[in-house]
Amino acid sequence: MSEDIQNGSGEDFPIHIRGLTNAFGDFVVHEDLDLDVRRGEILGVVGGSGTGKSVLMRSIIGLQMPRSGEVEVFGHNITEAEPDEEIGVRNRWGVLFQGGALFSTLTVAENVQVPLKQFYPELDQQLLDEIARYKVLLTGLPEEAASKYPSELSGGMKKRAGLARALALDPELLFLDEPTAGLDPIGGAKFDELTRELTDTLGLTVFLITHDLDTLYAICDRVAVLADKKVIAVGTIPELLENDHPWIQEYFNGPRARAATATHERGKALDKQGSEKA
Amino acid sequence: MREWAQYSIEEAGGRATVVITGPMVVSSVGHLDPELREITDSIQTIDISGASPIDTVGAWIIFRFSQRTGADIVGASEQAEVLLEAVEDCESEAQIAPPRRRSAKQVSEHVGEKVVEFFHGVLAAIGFLGGVLMACGSLLVHPRRFRLKALVRQMELVGVTSLPIIGLMSFLIGIVIAQQGAVQLQQFGAETLTVNLVGRITLRELGVLMTAIMVAGRSGSAFAAQIGTMKLTEEIDAMRTIGVSPMEALVIPRIMAAVLMMPLLGFFASLVAIVGGAVIGDVMLGIPFLTFLARIQEVVPITDFWVGMVKAPVFGLIVAMAGCYQGMQVKGNAEEVGLRTTAAVVQAIFMVIVLDAFFAVFFERIGWI
Repeated sequence: MSEDIQNGSGEDFPIHIRGLTNAFGDFVVHEDLDLDVRRGEILGVVGGSGTGKSVLMRSIIGLQMPRSGEVEVFGHNITEAEPDEEIGVRNRWGVLFQGGALFSTLTVAENVQVPLKQFYPELDQQLLDEIARYKVLLTGLPEEAASKYPSELSGGMKKRAGLARALALDPELLFLDEPTAGLDPIGGAKFDELTRELTDTLGLTVFLITHDLDTLYAICDRVAVLADKKVIAVGTIPELLENDHPWIQEYFNGPRARAATATHERGKALDKQGSEKA
Repeated sequence: MREWAQYSIEEAGGRATVVITGPMVVSSVGHLDPELREITDSIQTIDISGASPIDTVGAWIIFRFSQRTGADIVGASEQAEVLLEAVEDCESEAQIAPPRRRSAKQVSEHVGEKVVEFFHGVLAAIGFLGGVLMACGSLLVHPRRFRLKALVRQMELVGVTSLPIIGLMSFLIGIVIAQQGAVQLQQFGAETLTVNLVGRITLRELGVLMTAIMVAGRSGSAFAAQIGTMKLTEEIDAMRTIGVSPMEALVIPRIMAAVLMMPLLGFFASLVAIVGGAVIGDVMLGIPFLTFLARIQEVVPITDFWVGMVKAPVFGLIVAMAGCYQGMQVKGNAEEVGLRTTAAVVQAIFMVIVLDAFFAVFFERIGWI
């Protein structure tokens, strides 16, 4: 962590948080919280229910005014701006909300075009349509989904459509709030794969809130653990396993975590076998 | 200042090369794209070695241009290669707008839809009425299932909390009727008849009618919005699976509350309007306040009171039924809740006024004039 603090420039560390305190009335959610997200990584954020994972995301994207502390995104201080003020970085990030938060009166294609029209009114409709179409396909939706309304989509398709909208502006930074919650394991695994693929292809930095251990093992470069109102540890999973904080131990050594580890290791062994045979 | 992507055409040895330079990202391609579309010359090569940085939108434009002209792409950086490959997989001719029909066809289709919808609506409303009656029946058989608490709560919301606004409205209406009536009646020297005018019109007509309109706006809309939102969040479905009938738990208490409170509110409104009239009588006509009230007792027949009290519960029933029915019809998205709420209020007020006209004829026929 100390090394991060010294070199914390806006380009190497798209997200840079120092001394963040969030509170609702007397209820303190975060106290003196520090976190850095490195460029190009997928950072998983875990923590028990009510530890303020979503609140942390909302304070980074400027929807929640922190009580104190500073939040820098690409070197811009978010906390000094009002929620609706133009802060010059909104076109550099994309956000996938938990329920998708698609605009229900617009089709999926129109949803994707909303941010494009907002920021780049000079784009003509033909190009907008083409962009919407390939973004929809890029997120793995069938092409007929583009003309549908959100209420006609299944839960998994809504998430993908939400991702298509989040990616509309080709952002550098992507926020995903529990992207695999409510998806079946196959759908969840496919979404993980998609996230990884897009991250590598488009060179994204991803801030990913999740409860899903499989997601953590499968795609996260580092994991930040939220507990006791702070980020108590950031690191790769093997690093975290050595941490003796009781919550971390319980989290990564619980029955579900062991199952996820086993799957992951079996998968790696199979990959290895496969590559040796080849 | 934003830097825009540029292009130039270079010809060498009969081969035309389009050289694209500058940032090929979504923020900088707005002008380049239509220009590239207009190129009709034959192009053999597209040089993108000067196009940096690049994102998927830029890659898409280059890819589509090369598809259209059949030109080869050269000078792609590593990142550009990856992005070009990614967008290549996403090529499609699919329509992204919902299919549109010709307007003549659209109009007739729309009219047809509305007619069919109307008949479905009539059927659904009758079905809803049947559902309410069934629920009433089953509550009579199992009186213990009746939700007294919900009823009392709804009575508070429909009745008690609307007293101030209905009181204020009625007071002002009483003032207006007395003042306008007095001005006209003075021309015949009959200003004392203002008492008759105020007393009879408020008790017979306006007290109950204005209250029904206010309750429709206040409570009918709330019923539709509450039940509609519960429908969207699947609360209604959850109730059904637990074995709780939404008719018994949500609809019956609301309808009963409206039916019970409407006569009380209507009577309250009439009284306050008479007080308003009496105030004007005192100030403008010189009829002492208490004399005005005493005259009311002499000039207003008791049938006027009954006319109002017979109409009130019927109006309450209509307002509550319209609200609950529209709420239960909500499905799909959040916008529907707003539409249904509006429909509930408009239908309720419309039906109340139509029915009021029927009542007027009816009471005249049975001699309650």
